[in-house]
Amino acid sequence: MTDPGDLDALIAAVPWLLRIDIRPEWHAAVRQHLAISLDHAGNVAELPLPDEAEPAPVFKA
Amino acid sequence: MSFSSAAAIAADVAAGRRSAADVVEAALARIAQRNPHLNAFTAVTADRARATAARVDAGQAAGPLAGVPFAVKNLFDIAGLPTVAGSKINRDQPPAAADAVLIQRLEAAGAVLVGALNMGEYAYDFTGENCHDGPSRNPHDPTRMTGGSSGGSGGAVAAGLVPIALGSDTNGSIRVPSSFCGLFGLKPTYGRLPRTGSFPFVSSLDHLGPLARTTRDLALAYDVMQGPDPGDAACAGRPVAPVSALLGKPTQGLRIATAGGYFRAGASPEALSAVDTVANALGAVRTIEVPEAARARSAAYVITASEGAALHLGRLRERAEDFDPDVRDRLIAGALIPAAMVVGAQKFRRWYRDAMLRLFDGVDAILAPATPCVAPLIGQKTLLLDGRAVPLRPNIGLYTQPISFIGLPVVAVPVALSGGLPIGVQIIAAPWREDIALRIAYDLETAGVVRAPLPSE
Repeated sequence: MTDPGDLDALIAAVPWLLRIDIRPEWHAAVRQHLAISLDHAGNVAELPLPDEAEPAPVFKA
Repeated sequence: MSFSSAAAIAADVAAGRRSAADVVEAALARIAQRNPHLNAFTAVTADRARATAARVDAGQAAGPLAGVPFAVKNLFDIAGLPTVAGSKINRDQPPAAADAVLIQRLEAAGAVLVGALNMGEYAYDFTGENCHDGPSRNPHDPTRMTGGSSGGSGGAVAAGLVPIALGSDTNGSIRVPSSFCGLFGLKPTYGRLPRTGSFPFVSSLDHLGPLARTTRDLALAYDVMQGPDPGDAACAGRPVAPVSALLGKPTQGLRIATAGGYFRAGASPEALSAVDTVANALGAVRTIEVPEAARARSAAYVITASEGAALHLGRLRERAEDFDPDVRDRLIAGALIPAAMVVGAQKFRRWYRDAMLRLFDGVDAILAPATPCVAPLIGQKTLLLDGRAVPLRPNIGLYTQPISFIGLPVVAVPVALSGGLPIGVQIIAAPWREDIALRIAYDLETAGVVRAPLPSE
């Protein structure tokens, strides 16, 4: 997922996916931050959790 | 007089030895003198402060903080001012119609708001730098960072401009400036203090709390700010649990351990020395492993990036060029994290909480470094961790993120290393046990192990 080519493809989708215009000079920094975030996400995903594990956001009806 | 504690000021005002008006004039004069060098304040509310002080002196706002000047990170609503949250974009917002609830509560206790403080843009920051307002400067060495994102809060208290400042802490933004500026900082349990009337960052992780020069001042402010508020969905409906009267209660029976493994790897000699100094003073010989701390930091990172991006998506579409580039690029990246990964991080959060609660069955408090190093130079981009240069900004919060991730209460205490810059130690307690962390901090302070050092001017 953190292959630079994959990330470039993902970032290229930002204008239509998120309707954010990315200037070419921002691209490298966005890619660097995306790689870091996805590495962290991958680190979290490596720990197997039971299907019943409840996510933790706060909501009170 | 500049470095008087809030407790001393309030005692003088209550006894009639000094007027609130006199205290406030002295604070305003000090701010005018020192702020041009430190860039802590972004707005000084002098007229309002004089009017509030007059009410205190007229006996209309007597309380445990009578006449005590304070200031707030500029993400707190102040009636009549736009809540800029360190940004350029929010300057176009209409002025806030009312004060944040915590400001209301402090002023109801007699405190006097004197202004708004510099911060990293939208609180996505550990440095205290700000491309719109300029960096907050560390009073112990103005070429160095205050830490952030509550940078002005750290600078203002460390320089003796105010005895108490409010900050916010999503991943470490109270504890990091407390460490770099040599202050006491309290990040209460998630949901303890209402965030009503403050600009959010990551609602799953946002906390508010005070920074001060003494444990007693932290407790005084904390006590009057407690209590539920319907304006914050995450605020717990718990009764007020005052701590001030508990300071000085013996701590000998408390089971205190030092966090090993993750919380020592990468720490500088100064950070390790500070933790060991505190542990030795407390007789804390036991070392414990916090389970999956690195993964907890990763999960906090993912939730932060994603929720932060969701908050700012509209502004990224309409005014991307008006963001601090460092913040903008991280937010755009955060918007691209798959939702399944964010939910996975929230699932892990529950698992980690349960694991940490089991850990607290065997200990009452855990010690850990607040930051991996002393205050870096302003503009510095990398940090040495285990001899390897890593990006500075995301790594300053290495030791704070796994703790706030599940909302544990923490008091950061300052260790004044001889001949060097101060550095902080986290005293971490189980949920809702701020009293334990504050009692330990007070014990250490009374013994002279920790203290807020005076800056040279």
